Amino acid sequence: MNTEPSVQSMDNWPEVEATARQVLGQKICQHIEQARQLKRPESHLIAILHKVQAEFGYLAPAHLDAVAQLLQVPVATVSGVASFYHYFRLHPRGKFMINICLGTACYVKGADRVAQKLMDELGIQLGETTKDGLFSLEGCRCLGMCGLAPVLTVDGDVRAEVTPDRVASLLEEYVRKGKA
Amino acid sequence: MSSTVLERYQQLAARAEALRQQAAAQYRVQIQVGSATCEHAAGSQVVYEEFRKHIAASGRPDIRLHRTGCTGRCSREPIVSVIMPNSLPVKYQQVDRELVHQIFTTHIMEGRPLLEHILDGPVESIARYELLCCQSERCQEFLRQIWGPNPGAYLKERGIPSQQARATLASCFGACAISETPTTAHVIVRPDKVLYRLRTKEDLDEVLDKHIGKGEIVKRLLVPGKTVGRKFLELYGDVAFFNRQTRVALRHNGIVDPTRIDDYFHYRGFEALATVLNRKDPQWVIQQVSRSKLRGRGGAGYPTGTKWQAAASSKERVRYLICNADEGDPGAFMDRGMLESDPFNVIEGMIIGAFGIGAHQGFVYIRAEYPLAIERVENAIAQCREWGLLGQDILGSGFDFDIEIRLGAGAFVCGEETALIHSIEGQRGQPRVRPPYPTEVGLWGKPTVINNVETFANITAIINYGPDWFARVGSERSGGTKVFALAGKVRHTGLVEVPIGTTLRDIVFQIGGGMPEGREFKAVQTGGPAGGCIPASMLDLPVDFDTLVRAGSIMGSGGMIVLDDSDCMVDIAKYFMQFSFDESCGKCTPCREGTKRMLEILERITGGQGTFQDLERLERLARLVKKSSLCGLGRAAPNPILSTLQHFREEYAAHVVDRRCPAKKCVALIQYVIDPEKCVGCTVCAKNCPAVCITGARREPHLIDQPRCVKCGRCFEVCRFNAVLKL
Repeated sequence: MNTEPSVQSMDNWPEVEATARQVLGQKICQHIEQARQLKRPESHLIAILHKVQAEFGYLAPAHLDAVAQLLQVPVATVSGVASFYHYFRLHPRGKFMINICLGTACYVKGADRVAQKLMDELGIQLGETTKDGLFSLEGCRCLGMCGLAPVLTVDGDVRAEVTPDRVASLLEEYVRKGKA
Repeated sequence: MSSTVLERYQQLAARAEALRQQAAAQYRVQIQVGSATCEHAAGSQVVYEEFRKHIAASGRPDIRLHRTGCTGRCSREPIVSVIMPNSLPVKYQQVDRELVHQIFTTHIMEGRPLLEHILDGPVESIARYELLCCQSERCQEFLRQIWGPNPGAYLKERGIPSQQARATLASCFGACAISETPTTAHVIVRPDKVLYRLRTKEDLDEVLDKHIGKGEIVKRLLVPGKTVGRKFLELYGDVAFFNRQTRVALRHNGIVDPTRIDDYFHYRGFEALATVLNRKDPQWVIQQVSRSKLRGRGGAGYPTGTKWQAAASSKERVRYLICNADEGDPGAFMDRGMLESDPFNVIEGMIIGAFGIGAHQGFVYIRAEYPLAIERVENAIAQCREWGLLGQDILGSGFDFDIEIRLGAGAFVCGEETALIHSIEGQRGQPRVRPPYPTEVGLWGKPTVINNVETFANITAIINYGPDWFARVGSERSGGTKVFALAGKVRHTGLVEVPIGTTLRDIVFQIGGGMPEGREFKAVQTGGPAGGCIPASMLDLPVDFDTLVRAGSIMGSGGMIVLDDSDCMVDIAKYFMQFSFDESCGKCTPCREGTKRMLEILERITGGQGTFQDLERLERLARLVKKSSLCGLGRAAPNPILSTLQHFREEYAAHVVDRRCPAKKCVALIQYVIDPEKCVGCTVCAKNCPAVCITGARREPHLIDQPRCVKCGRCFEVCRFNAVLKL
């Protein structure tokens, strides 16, 4: 008659929680716990995804699943948010992240040619990663440094007034760094 | 008990000043190094570190090295100011490691400034004094009466040598805000930080004799009180790029240390907040803002006072305040400038706004692409909490307010207010239909006021210097100034703040210094992807929210990109349409499908496949999308097309009828040819050609094999004899 014990035995929450915790690591789990103490924890979803991406470089399906579980938000919502915003990457990135600004000021000063040169040199398109896993190339809309156009960033370091001629030596610099 | 707020404020201000004085008493020389994302990109961190080493090595305890924000003079960064007693502050441009060494040994140790490296220099000499004469529209007439047509000539006439004093015309420094009579000319004497009010020629002569001649301050002519632009001009008044601007929102950029609250106090920090909280009357705040004719600086130009009133009159008790710092327009960096260089000012503006509308929780929504701005705002919020300026019972007034930071994640549409609200709630940033407007139903269903960074940056100035002065600065329907991010094909790029109603010509040619050598002005693109292109024939247009809309563009958040004769207007329209297509959130059909189809048509035209019917189709579709889209992004997306069709229709026609691109930008419509007359056969082009399609023997004219040419333009760039022609 009493079916309650069997329902309880179906609850695999401890297992799910343990997996999620393992996937995300302690630091991020702490953030999520903090968020859950606050009013409207779900509104911190974007901030948490930022932290996950900062930690792992991208958002893997396992990460999204784990965040959904620990924050108690439907996984559809989490993946909806992750895929909506351009800033979130859903694929692994290379060791160095090159982000070329394609904002208006950079565009009129020749950023399209710099981007073309980067694509030719690396043999990849925007949004892709080289086969050796060294470089990822992304285009973005305006880094807000229009006065120094055209600009690009490599892992957050800003390079100002880049010309197609300077692309090769710039890449070489990082290839050397990558080997070191 | 109303005096407790002021008492608390005075205690804090005294504490801040004591901290500052402690430092100042010890130091004789000040070195300020610009520090913002763009300054860092130009190498200012290396410069700072190098100065630190030099100071340590010299063992001098009297040199103060500190960081300031960015002045917005991008093309000359990194900028370093050296302030020594009894001499004009000297600013250096494009400082690098080597120059640091020279500045330190020659200027700081030996007292000889490096004239050839001075900002906007080189200059021949630095005078002992500089007289900055207010040349604003109101003072102009009187300036002439007192000084004659040319202040510099008058100094010469009085026998004052150029090493002793120099006269410079400057924009309004706000002295009129505290002046009882309009018939006066104002002059700042640098470096003595003195502001005189001159009524007659005799007054001027007295200043020249006593102050310039003998170094005595003429007390009877001093202007009491503080004026808005003074501190900025005291440091930067000699630089033409700056002294033609009227800095209100940016008035502390480049002078205040953006990381220290005590420094901010020195620049009337939190005085406006104390005034407001002391009055205990939210309605007074809204009245002041309404009287100032401040209109929202985010783009649409909605009157700020009206927006605040709408939220304040709501029946709901829980209300929210949001600062929109999701500066997504490509080509705009005003908000970044303000947040990185003067974050406390924005926060103070927010607290005042929150008091006005009765909100206790605020949010700053910043783009994740601005890490330094995020760091500076976080730091500013933490310091405000520590000093009791955020949190509970602010300044003992009983008013509670706190601010949280929320990060964007690279979605342009989140600049739209309903999309932004969704994003703060942790959802996909998709807009919804308005009304109801956020002031009725906003964040979590509560009344919410969303204002742009620059709007908040103006609030403290309105309270401190008065709404009537603010309203007078601008045009008839719109008070104050507007900050523009000037970029593109113009000599001086950077942040430019001018009174609303200033003409485009003044901005581009006076402040921006016009076009680089040999190029011809074609258009100004304002308002980013939502704006349009304004042609040369409309350069004398006064820049205002309404005038720009009539010209087919919009004010937008303030990006201003100068285009020259090498920019193809169809290509620019295509560029923006690609942007809008990428950023369309996909919720409504007109925007999602319309931007795609418009982009396809433009690609056809620039690809040389366009027909005359395409122009008609394009225009019809553009008008349809404009009328029927859900949010501002879709409604404004056709603007670049409509404005270029309006002003540059002949360029479209050249693409579809003659199959040629007048600006020689559209790759499919140009070809590279070698002029056999000019070619000397140096083989450089052949060596550089990635398609290996250039043939020819050494010392013989070369030839491009047209079918194989990929039109990369490499040969055109490398030829030193101008033998490669772009046709």
